[in-house]
Amino acid sequence: MLHKYRWYEYVLIYCGVAVFLTFVLAPFVEAFVVSLRPLSGLFSIPYKFITDEMSFEAYFSMWKNVPLLWRYMLNSFFIATVVTVLGLICIIPAAYAFARFEFPARNSLLGVFIAVNMFSGAVLIIPLFKLMQQYGLLNTYFAMIAPGTAFVIPTGIWLLRSYLVRIPKELEEAAWVDGAGKIYTLVRVIIPVALPGIVVVTITAFITAYAQQFIYALTFNSVNELNPLPVGLFQFFGRQSVVWNELMAASLVGILPVLFVYVFLQRYIVAGLTAGAVKE
Amino acid sequence: MAHTAKKKDYFPYLLLVPATLVMVAIVAYPLFETFRLSFTNTSMSPKYEYVGLANYEKIMSRRFPEVIARTFYWMGLSVALKMLIGTLGAVLLNAMVPGRALFRILVMPPWVIPIAIGVFIWGWMYNGQFGMLSGMAQRLGILSGPFEFLAYKNSAFMATIVTDVWIGVPMVTLYLLAAMQSISKDLYEAAWVDGASRFYRFRRITLPLIFPSIATMALLSAIATFNSFDIIWILTEGGPRGATTTMIIDTYKTAISRFKYGEGAARTVMIVLFLGSFTFIYFVLLSRLAKRSPNNAA
Repeated sequence: MLHKYRWYEYVLIYCGVAVFLTFVLAPFVEAFVVSLRPLSGLFSIPYKFITDEMSFEAYFSMWKNVPLLWRYMLNSFFIATVVTVLGLICIIPAAYAFARFEFPARNSLLGVFIAVNMFSGAVLIIPLFKLMQQYGLLNTYFAMIAPGTAFVIPTGIWLLRSYLVRIPKELEEAAWVDGAGKIYTLVRVIIPVALPGIVVVTITAFITAYAQQFIYALTFNSVNELNPLPVGLFQFFGRQSVVWNELMAASLVGILPVLFVYVFLQRYIVAGLTAGAVKE
Repeated sequence: MAHTAKKKDYFPYLLLVPATLVMVAIVAYPLFETFRLSFTNTSMSPKYEYVGLANYEKIMSRRFPEVIARTFYWMGLSVALKMLIGTLGAVLLNAMVPGRALFRILVMPPWVIPIAIGVFIWGWMYNGQFGMLSGMAQRLGILSGPFEFLAYKNSAFMATIVTDVWIGVPMVTLYLLAAMQSISKDLYEAAWVDGASRFYRFRRITLPLIFPSIATMALLSAIATFNSFDIIWILTEGGPRGATTTMIIDTYKTAISRFKYGEGAARTVMIVLFLGSFTFIYFVLLSRLAKRSPNNAA
C-alpha cells in the first residue's frame, strides 16, 4: 500500500513529531508548572522541573495581588469584541461588492485593500498618536479599537470574498425577480447562506483582535483601568522582583478564552487562516 | 451577470463605503501624514517647521544603516528558520499515522494566543538564574553555570529570533500542510506504481508542487517579521546595547520614547519603502503563479 510505513519509518515520524511538538508546547507546560509552584520553590537552584508543594495557590492569590486583573481580562474581551463587530460591518458589504459586482478598477481596489496587510500598527503609530492627541482620543477605548479594526478588514474581505464567489448567482437573481431590493437581498438572502463563511471570518477577526492589542494599548493608553490583559500584565513583567507564579497563572487564565474558542472551532480556524494556500 | 447590464450602478461603491472610510482614516491619511511629518522637526509642542531632507540626512549619517542591516539579518534568519521548521513540521503532520488529527490541533496554540502573553512565558524561560533553558542546559552539562540569555548581545539576538520563530511556525506549518493536502493523490499513486521511493516522491512531486506556497509564505512571513514589535519590546526593548534594535524598535524609541516625531517619521518612510517592495514582489509572484495555473487562480 501507498501509505504503509515500515517500523523504522513509524519511529522516525513519531520522534520527529515529538521533537516538533515539544518546541511548540514546552513553553505552555513550563508556564503551567511554574504557576503551580510556590515562589520559594521557583527560585530553587539547581533547576527542578517538578518541585514539592505544588498547588493552585497562585490562581487565588493573583486576584488580590493584581487587583485590576478581572478588569484587564474584560477589557481585552471587550476590545476584541467591538473590533470584530465593527470589522464585520465593513467586511461583509465590501466582500459582497468584490465577489459579485463588476466595476471599474475592481481588481486594483481589491489589491489596495490586501496591500494594507503589509503594515502593522507599529508602522502607523506616530501619525496615529498625533491624531489621537489632537482629537483628545488618547486614553480611551476608541484609541485601542480603531487601529485594531483597520487591520482585521483586509484579511476578512479576502476570506469572505472567496466564500461568496462560490454561492450560486441564481439565488440573488431569484430574489430580484421576486422584486427584492439589493440591500434586502444582501441581508435576507446572501448573509444567511454565507453564514459558515461569516463564522470563519468572525473567529479569525476575534482571534487577531485579541492577539494584537499590545502596541496600541502600550502607546495610546495610560489609564490603568482601560488596559487590556497584555499591557496590564506587562507592568508586572517589567519589575525587579516578578511574581512569576502569579504572572504565569494570570497569563494562562488570559489565554483560556481563545484556547476555548480554538479547541471547539479549530476546524474552521485552520480553514480560515490557511485559506489561499490551495487557491493561490 | 444580469445586474451589471445596467449602465451606472453605484451599489457596489456604496457597499465599499464603510471599509474605505476606515482605511482612509486609519491607514491612508496617517501614511500621508507620516510622509509629510518626515520633512518637519515636529516634536511635543504643536509648532513645527519644515526642515527639508534634514531628517533623512541625519538618519543616513548616523547608525541607522547599521539598524537596517541588523533588521534584515534578524528577519532573514527568522524567516529561514520558520520555513525550514515549518516545512519539516508539515511533512511530519502530513504522514498518515494514527494520532495525526490530534497533532494538527496541538500545533496551533502559539499562533492563537496573544503574542505578548507567549512572550512573557519566554521571558521566564530565558531567565538565567531560575529559567527552564538555563536550568536544563546546566543539568545536561552544556552550561557550567547560570546563563542570562537576554543579557548578552548575541544570545539576546538569538533569543528574540527563537521566540519569533515559535510564534510564526504554526502558521507556516498549517499553510504548507494545506498545500500538501491539495496535491492530487493520483500523482503519488502513479509514481508509487512506477516504483518511486517515498523520498523520490517527496522530491519530485511534493516539493515542486508546494514550492509556490513556500515562496508565498516566505514573503508573508518576511513582512510579518519585519513588522515585529511585541517580541523584542517585551524581551529586551532593543537591548542589550542595541543588539536587538530593529527598524521598528528604533522608530518607536525615537518617536514615542524620545518624542522626536519628525525623525521617527523619516524612519517610518524607510520602513514603508522596504515593506512596499516586499509587497510588490509578493503581487508579482502571485500574478506569475496565477498565469501558470489559470484554473486555480483566485
